[in-house]
Amino acid sequence: MSVGIGTVVKVGIAQMDVVTTPNTIRTSGLGSCVGVVLYDERKKIAGLIHVMLPDSTLGKVVPGNVAKFADTGIEAMIELLLKQGVQKFSLKAKIAGGAQMFKFSSDQSSMRIGPRNVEAVKQALRKSGIRITAEDTGGSSGRTIEFDPETSKLMVRTVNQGVSEI
Amino acid sequence: MDADITSLHLDVLKEIGNIGAAHAATSLSLLLNKKIDMIVPKVEMVPFNDMMELVGGPENVVVGIYLRIEGDASGSMFFILPVEQANRFIKRLIQDETFDFNAIPVPEIGLSAMQEMGNILSGSYLSAFSDFTGLKIYPTVPGLSVDMFGAIISTGLIELSHVSDHVIVINTSILEEGYEQNETVKGHFFLLPEPASFHAIFNALGVS
Repeated sequence: MSVGIGTVVKVGIAQMDVVTTPNTIRTSGLGSCVGVVLYDERKKIAGLIHVMLPDSTLGKVVPGNVAKFADTGIEAMIELLLKQGVQKFSLKAKIAGGAQMFKFSSDQSSMRIGPRNVEAVKQALRKSGIRITAEDTGGSSGRTIEFDPETSKLMVRTVNQGVSEI
Repeated sequence: MDADITSLHLDVLKEIGNIGAAHAATSLSLLLNKKIDMIVPKVEMVPFNDMMELVGGPENVVVGIYLRIEGDASGSMFFILPVEQANRFIKRLIQDETFDFNAIPVPEIGLSAMQEMGNILSGSYLSAFSDFTGLKIYPTVPGLSVDMFGAIISTGLIELSHVSDHVIVINTSILEEGYEQNETVKGHFFLLPEPASFHAIFNALGVS
């Protein structure tokens, strides 16, 4: 019960990890990247992926790092959670990020990577039959997120709007 | 490609950082009528996460100017200022002691001034780069964001992440006379060339 017992597991860019209560899991400074949390409410276990790119087929080299992409990252995370004894049908998702940090007049595809990441994440989740219970995506602000498997709440912090829970 | 980068190559990139930032520091000095120095650049090949940890870490709020470079060489360029330093520069530039990037909303005149400063400085840096290498490069109009460092810098890592999990960063910091200088309170120029451009850059300078 309560503060200070668990540790905060940090997930870096293009990385992923899994925690169980009383620990929480966090990733900082999401811009166009998307933080994807897959969680099991009853088992109080959650995985977090910090996705950079929508599609692994965009990588021109051998995609060694699966967590970098929405499609391969979500697939790998589901595998990881199944190994921990989670049933696929009990998984739900919360997602945040996918901002456009800079506004340019040019319509270069790399500038619209935020919305494309969000779309790819949703598509991958749909394919796996995982429902999104909350999201805070788009806009033009950076986000830091932290998920607590005990409460299934996702804390989202931005510079201008402060902290909210979804 | 990463394995082919030798220490000689890194030295060449360091020289680019040196020349570019020296020109930009001179421009800044003239703009602010204030003594500005620069530190000899660092050039490193680092994993993305190490890049996110620079300038006080991914959550540290900074003022960031970002532009893309296209042409004979391509990549991303950032001019990153800690909020306190950006405040000092802009107050001086627009002669308004009350200006603050923490204000909501940030006054438009300060944003324009910062945008223009980004234009001038990145222009100086990149024209020095172009003169030195003889390469034709076309920078985009710089964008401005006041936000978490990680959210800003990752914009430049996206393009690289298609082909790599590492970034070669040409990092030059600027020194402002009369202020404490440590990692979190310094301004930085970051040039992140794309792997496909290294060949052109090294060739242009006779190093292959």
